[in-house]
Amino acid sequence: MGDLSELSLKDQLFLRAYRWRRIEPVPWTSLRKPLSECRVALVSSAGFVLPGQEPFDAKKRGGDPSFREIPAGVEAGALIDTHRSRSFDHSGMRRDPNLAFPLDRLRELEQSGRVGRVNRRHLSFMGSLTATGVFVRETAPAAARLLAEDDVDVALLVPV
Amino acid sequence: MCSQAVGLAAAELERQSISTVAIQLLREVAVRVRPPRALFVPFRHGYPLDAPSEPGRQRAVLEAALAMLEDPALRPPALVDL
Repeated sequence: MGDLSELSLKDQLFLRAYRWRRIEPVPWTSLRKPLSECRVALVSSAGFVLPGQEPFDAKKRGGDPSFREIPAGVEAGALIDTHRSRSFDHSGMRRDPNLAFPLDRLRELEQSGRVGRVNRRHLSFMGSLTATGVFVRETAPAAARLLAEDDVDVALLVPV
Repeated sequence: MCSQAVGLAAAELERQSISTVAIQLLREVAVRVRPPRALFVPFRHGYPLDAPSEPGRQRAVLEAALAMLEDPALRPPALVDL
């Protein structure tokens, strides 16, 4: 299971000393209509990009806070893993990107009527961010505004 | 770190009036960061939807996330175990 003990001793020590950014106050948006009428987007921090998109910068100090737009119609198999972390096993999500960016599963939810509509685009981050200042002040608000402009009702967020 | 990033992104989305569920792989990170709605999953890092090429198991995780959105009893920050 997801546990600090599965990480290297160096990573464990770092994370135990790390000052996590606490969300205060915690915002809350209740569902305003049935899920079967909601527009849904995915937000993954698995560091996926598409061919032709710039890979996430593995060398950026504190982590790369940028994001990529992933059009809804792409094949899951087209996603390319550029996540810099060596602290987890990448093999599963490279074999099946739905494991961390569930494009096919969301399309199935739309086809079955469980959710209303898949948004025209999803967002991809690389979650290996130790310095979160730019992410909180600039990147995440910009990303959220994009989905708000699309009239997205629900976002499902997937880390690795 | 990934769990923190999606939690922070979820908060910003909620501020933009978008309802969210953030899957979380580390319970203690979810407790400390406090995403609005967090679904703690008992899977190892790199496997947030359980297993590759297992659509049924992946759907089960997503269904649990969707169920959180439909639960009127939840209050922020909501942390639910899969």
